Amino acid sequence: MEVRVANVRKEFDRFPALHDVSLDIRSGELIALLGPSGSGKTTLLRLIAGLERPTRGKIFFGDEDASQKSIQQRNVGFVFQHYALFRHMTVADNIGFGLKVRHGAARPPAQEIRRRASELLDLVQLSGLEKRYPAQLSGGQRQRVALARAMAIEPKVLLLDEPFGALDAQVRRELRRWLREIHDATGHTTVFVTHDQEEALELADRVVVMSQGRIEQVGTADEIYDTPNSPFVYGFIGESSTLPVKVEGGEVWIADRPIGLPAPDAADGPAKLFFRPHDIDLLDGCSGCIAGTVAASRRVAGTRRVELEIGGERQRVEIELPVDHPAAQKSRVAFRPRRWKLFPA
Amino acid sequence: MADPEIKSYEPHHESHSAAVTESRPARAALMLLAFAFLGIFLLLPLIVVFKEAFAKGVGTYLQSLADADTRSAIRLTLLVAAISVPLNIIFGISAAWAIAKFEFKGKAFLITLIDLPFSVSPVISGLVYVLLFGAQGLLGAWLKANGIVILFAVPGIVLATVFVTFPFVARELIPLMQEQGTGDEEAALSLGANGWQTFWYVTLPNVKWGLLYGVLLCNARAMGEFGAVSVVSGHIRGLTNTMPLHVEILYNEYNAVGAFAVASLLAGLALVTLVLKTLLEMRYGAEIAAARGH
Repeated sequence: MEVRVANVRKEFDRFPALHDVSLDIRSGELIALLGPSGSGKTTLLRLIAGLERPTRGKIFFGDEDASQKSIQQRNVGFVFQHYALFRHMTVADNIGFGLKVRHGAARPPAQEIRRRASELLDLVQLSGLEKRYPAQLSGGQRQRVALARAMAIEPKVLLLDEPFGALDAQVRRELRRWLREIHDATGHTTVFVTHDQEEALELADRVVVMSQGRIEQVGTADEIYDTPNSPFVYGFIGESSTLPVKVEGGEVWIADRPIGLPAPDAADGPAKLFFRPHDIDLLDGCSGCIAGTVAASRRVAGTRRVELEIGGERQRVEIELPVDHPAAQKSRVAFRPRRWKLFPA
Repeated sequence: MADPEIKSYEPHHESHSAAVTESRPARAALMLLAFAFLGIFLLLPLIVVFKEAFAKGVGTYLQSLADADTRSAIRLTLLVAAISVPLNIIFGISAAWAIAKFEFKGKAFLITLIDLPFSVSPVISGLVYVLLFGAQGLLGAWLKANGIVILFAVPGIVLATVFVTFPFVARELIPLMQEQGTGDEEAALSLGANGWQTFWYVTLPNVKWGLLYGVLLCNARAMGEFGAVSVVSGHIRGLTNTMPLHVEILYNEYNAVGAFAVASLLAGLALVTLVLKTLLEMRYGAEIAAARGH
């Protein structure tokens, strides 16, 4: 099922949570809504589900306008951040709930509901736990039951709110891989919300980066990481370093020295230079480069992070060096970003 | 609610550190004081009630309970409780639902209003109904013209009882429902349940023990209420006398055995309520803990 969000605005008590957001979700796609807290990602997910109504704009399921439909009519599977399992029901009853509350002919016989529940438990690899209560399950198991329950109603779209947020790192990695497998096996159009970029980049076909109620960029993990289209995305996804520079005559300057980066298309004037700390070339001599004094250095796993003070303004910038690089305190280091981007200051 | 973190509500008797533990004599003195107080003001009167009730033997005791007026008072008390408790369950659940699950203007005011019966003297609550429904009251003329009798009859007693017991169920449920939030309800709706199914299968089971606790307290108060009922009842023997009112009448007539026999029933009700309350708290303490506002 395709989902199209068209110019949606959402206000809570006149305070806008989403400004004019548009998004096309392809059928069968696994898509991540990624952003810091307060970016509107959960609001967007809840709008798609029908848990909230948009202030303006429309949401289409296929060609059908779903904006005014209730959550029951939309037939979406929603997995809540804290699972919201019904604590007084067994695992099997939780999973069967969506079928049990159907009316008339749409409601399968009790035996069929039980069979479906067992089937789904097999799918989420929890066979044999039918009779347990949610309180008797671990966090990861509850997450799986919540997913099985959402899938029991054969939803058109599967929506997950911070699906791994409450789990520890080990379980989280396991479940991530497992969710990808389930998605590939069932082919549901799936949207999940996360603030964990690693999760979004690793798991999703496409990532929607959001900030302050707006969509900043939509793209594959490669596109988002390699060609961020705004200072926010550059800063939010992965590590980034930034320096105030100016553009003059098609070249990038720091103070009174060109640093060897050609910028023929950029307008003259002040700008901000973004690059990845690890994506640099270290240079020996310095004719057209960025040079600075080492102000601080720390060991991070397999590399060394070095903070440099650049120029008379003592701007600080972070780069990554090989662990065995001889750059010690107060020594001078010269480098040039391999891949970089200018944004107007 | 058997989440591990919630289990920690149970008191840890071993965890008192030496620094906050009093010396042995101090502890003994405190406990003695507490027990002496409870003994004199609670236990002793309770014993007196039963002692007086059985002062002239079991036969007289049963005889005074078999008295026509006494039986009528018991019946009326049961009837009043049977009407006002279900009413309060409905009101209490509606009010708690509205307050806990929706945002609306005047919510704080509604919460204050629910507490009103606790803060106002029961006699005043009774008087309000007299002013409202009495012959000279606001609606008195209209009621008379339409042949509706409220004051000095069962409807008045029920109204006064409902008023006085209104907070019990609502106060028990509001914090519980607020704590649980709307997540479970949203989940049920997203799975296709309608409003009624959501309430019946999800909301109600989530609060059932808190509700039972509230109903228990509500019932005890409904059967034991004196002040408000006394004002609106008119004390017509065999017609509008509830058990507490009947106790007073018998006592004023120097019928000590009769008065204490009825009183022993009320005391028995109190004891049963206490036992059930303790059992509920032991079994479902965590769920009810959120609601201990009074």
